[in-house]
This record gives sequence, structure tokens and C-alpha cells, in this order.
Amino acid sequence: MAGSDADVIDALVGITPGSALDAIRARRPEARAQAQATYHALFAPEAPSNVTAQERFAVGAFVAGLHGATAIAAAYAARLGESGASAALTEAVDAAVKEAKTHGPYGSYPAGPLSREDTAGPLYRVGAVTRRTLGPRLAPAFEHAHMLVFHPRDAAPPSLRALLDAGWSTTDIVTLSQIVAFLSFQIRVVIGLRTLAGRP
Amino acid sequence: MTETVLTPPQHTVPTAFTRAQLDWLPWLEPLAVEALTPRHLASFVDAARAKSPYFRLLARDPDALEARTRTDKDIFYNPDAGLPRAERELAAAATSRFNGCLYCASVHARHAATYSKREADVQRLLDAGVTADLGERWNAIVAASVALTATPSAFGPEHVERLRGAGLDDLAISDVIHAAAFFNWANRLMLSLGEPAATPGP
Repeated sequence: MAGSDADVIDALVGITPGSALDAIRARRPEARAQAQATYHALFAPEAPSNVTAQERFAVGAFVAGLHGATAIAAAYAARLGESGASAALTEAVDAAVKEAKTHGPYGSYPAGPLSREDTAGPLYRVGAVTRRTLGPRLAPAFEHAHMLVFHPRDAAPPSLRALLDAGWSTTDIVTLSQIVAFLSFQIRVVIGLRTLAGRP
Repeated sequence: MTETVLTPPQHTVPTAFTRAQLDWLPWLEPLAVEALTPRHLASFVDAARAKSPYFRLLARDPDALEARTRTDKDIFYNPDAGLPRAERELAAAATSRFNGCLYCASVHARHAATYSKREADVQRLLDAGVTADLGERWNAIVAASVALTATPSAFGPEHVERLRGAGLDDLAISDVIHAAAFFNWANRLMLSLGEPAATPGP
């Protein structure tokens, strides 16, 4: 993830030109180029936005950490550092990952025949010490991201209200949701292709 | 009044997975049709999507929406070899079933049934869930999609071997990976920005 032009998925999988995976990705050229374009739109946007680079990479490092994807999380943490984040913030992201990590997907369905599939799991609330460093905008963003990562079927308006109350605009929430959702894709493509290449 | 959570109108909440057409009601304010700029319109890729509140909400970040849509289209519609369309849709439906996205599951179960002509098997996936017995090739695709959808991922070499054993080449396996991964993206947007509603019968 050095430059914003290098293909992030290729870099994280370790795809070299001329390799078997290079040929497979070349058969779906738009998927490859547009996954990279999404990364660019969400982590190096050209249009002005209220969501700072530091917020984007902090959420990125948190989400990758929650997935237990160590190398990917390290890459996003490195970009967080480059975005000017303090060491305290980087440490708070690590602390939040340790507080929040669990197994998904779990959650509840609307009452009815699917209720027998309801699976209990934690509702993450950022710890007091971590919250102080994350600040009033990132703390609810991390709580929302945790729900999206582990129990998205529990999503409900109160979580969006908490973000609005913390100063995230409707447009900012769309961007935040895209960051978490896109990473849920990117991380799985990387894990899947690494496994396909025999190096999980 | 865009900085507020919307209360959807009175509607029937679907309580089971279905192949029937569902509506989707936003919890946040989509852009108004009359407020769409040429940049927003281009981000839909398909002009008809300007009618959809879901896409008009995502159009608030048009660069992300456009790249998302173009990624989606190549993963599911690229006809060059690999996994047949029906089975890309199966992976999308299985992922949505496992994450619990009734809206996404309804759309992609419909597509899987249409392209495979195996309505009963698709319905069994919706009714019984991701452990339903759909025959070895479909079981292998569903199991791989589910393993990749778990957080942390449970996808391993055994899933690749099972897919190879079921007759998938590496391009087809890459298509399973991309289809399941893409629905981990789509499910999270659909589930968290609004809710499904049953449409009134004819």
C-alpha cells in the first residue's frame, strides 16, 4: 500500500506480473480496476469531504484488526501513521481491536419464524480510556463499525442517530458505511486469493 | 432536514427469507431527484437507478458508488468463462442468507433460481439455511461462501480443494471468492442504511 496508484489487493495478496493469479485477475479487469478505484475514492478522495484521512485510516485499521487480518491491519495502521496520527491514536486503535474482537455473524431477526436463528453476541461500547483518545467522533464510528463487521443484521436507527449526534452528517455516514463495507469485501478477496494461491 | 434519521412509513416487516419482490425503505435521507447533478447521475451507471432511494442515498459519495457499481457488474455479469452466472448468484444468496440480509437474499435468490432453473433448491437454501443439502457442487459453493463470510474468515485450503473436486477451475473459484466477498460489502450497506418491507400482493 505504498503509493495510491499501486493495486492494493495485488500488493496485499502478493501478486506478481505474469503469475497465475495475475492472469486470473486480468480476466475480470473491471473488477480489479474498480476495486482499486473504490479504495482510492474512500482513502484518497479527490472530492472535498468532512471525513478526514486520519478518520478513514483509523476506521480501516480497526476494521482490518477486527477481521484478525494481521498483515492487512498493519498496512492500514501504517497509512494511519502517515496521515499524521499520534502514537496515542494508533495505540488506541490497537486497544479498541483488543476490546472489541469477537466472532460473527450474529444478531437477531424481526420476531417470527427466523427468531430461532437469533444468535446472541456483544454490543461493543468503546472503553472509557480508549474513548478519551479516540474522541467524540471516532468512538461512535468504531461502535457502528463493530456492529457492521460482526452483527450487521442488528443495525437499527439508534446507531445512526448516535453518529448524527456526534457530528457525522448524512453524507459522512454514507462514506463511513462504504469504508467498513468495502473493507469487508477487500479483506475477503485478499484472504480468498491468498488461499487459492496456496499461501493462506 | 437531511441531518436526521427517517422514520419509514407504516409497512409490513418481512419475517422470513423469500424470493418475492421486497421494497427497501431508507433510514437516512436520499438525495432528492431534482437535486441530482450530472456527477450523481453518472455515478448510477444505469440511469434507471436514479429512481431507487438506496442508490440516491449512496450517491452522496458518488465516486465510491460508481466504483462499487462497476466492481459489482464485472464480478456478476462478465461472461468470459469462470463460474456460470447462476452460481455467482448462488454465492451471493448464500452470503446474504448467512449474514441475515433478507432484501439482498430475495434479489439474488430470484436471480439464482432464474438462471439455474432450480427453484426448489434455491428455496431450500432460503428456508433451511446454509446447511441445506443442495447437491455436492452447490454445497461446495455455499460452504466456501459461508466460510469466507465468517469473521474472522474460516476459508481454508479445504474449501479450495472441495471446489476443485466439484469441477471448478481456478477462475471459477476466484469468481466464488469475489461474489461472496462482494455480498459482504452489499449486505452491510443494505442492512445498515434502511430496512426491507413486504410489498402488497397483486
